[in-house]
Amino acid sequence: MVGTVIAIVLIVAGVFFLMVSALGLLRLPDFYARTHAVGKSETLGSILVLGGLAVYNGWELGTVKILLILFFVLIANPTATHAIARAALRTGRQPWTRQKTGQKTKGAEQS
Amino acid sequence: MNSFLLGITIFIAVLTAIALYRVAMGKTIFDRIIAAGLVGTNGFIILILIGFLFERVNMFIDIAIAYALLNFVVVIVLGKYFDRGGERL
Repeated sequence: MVGTVIAIVLIVAGVFFLMVSALGLLRLPDFYARTHAVGKSETLGSILVLGGLAVYNGWELGTVKILLILFFVLIANPTATHAIARAALRTGRQPWTRQKTGQKTKGAEQS
Repeated sequence: MNSFLLGITIFIAVLTAIALYRVAMGKTIFDRIIAAGLVGTNGFIILILIGFLFERVNMFIDIAIAYALLNFVVVIVLGKYFDRGGERL
């Protein structure tokens, strides 16, 4: 029963971070800010949910496979996000800045 | 516990729909790529949860491993392609 409670806590925390990631992808003002949301919150939410499922599964072969996916996500997801952000920076996309008067924003939301 | 996992699965599916909106209506091509990566990540989490719901965890975990590898390769290849310039999309 203790394992089930720990699994529920981990899964709920992970789903919270997945929700933060999706809302950040929807609402943040710039491509680089959205990369920030996907690269960190998505990784943390994924490894929390997968860790909760591994705790719930118990000592089996499937748990080893879940931990394998966990470490793969932990390495691969920031790498992929970094590759995309570097490609965007090399093709000359300017980061979003706020001007001093606060009226207009520069460099944001232009395709 | 089973209904809890079902609710978590439905909630992650709703979050995946939000990311799919960003894929369809993205501002730039890079937004669409990272949103597609998020759809893939949420997708294999949903696959593992479905494995727990059907009580056939081992088979669904193998599918999820293949899906995660394909998702990573797709994002890396698209990043290298647009790093070299690519097409103007």
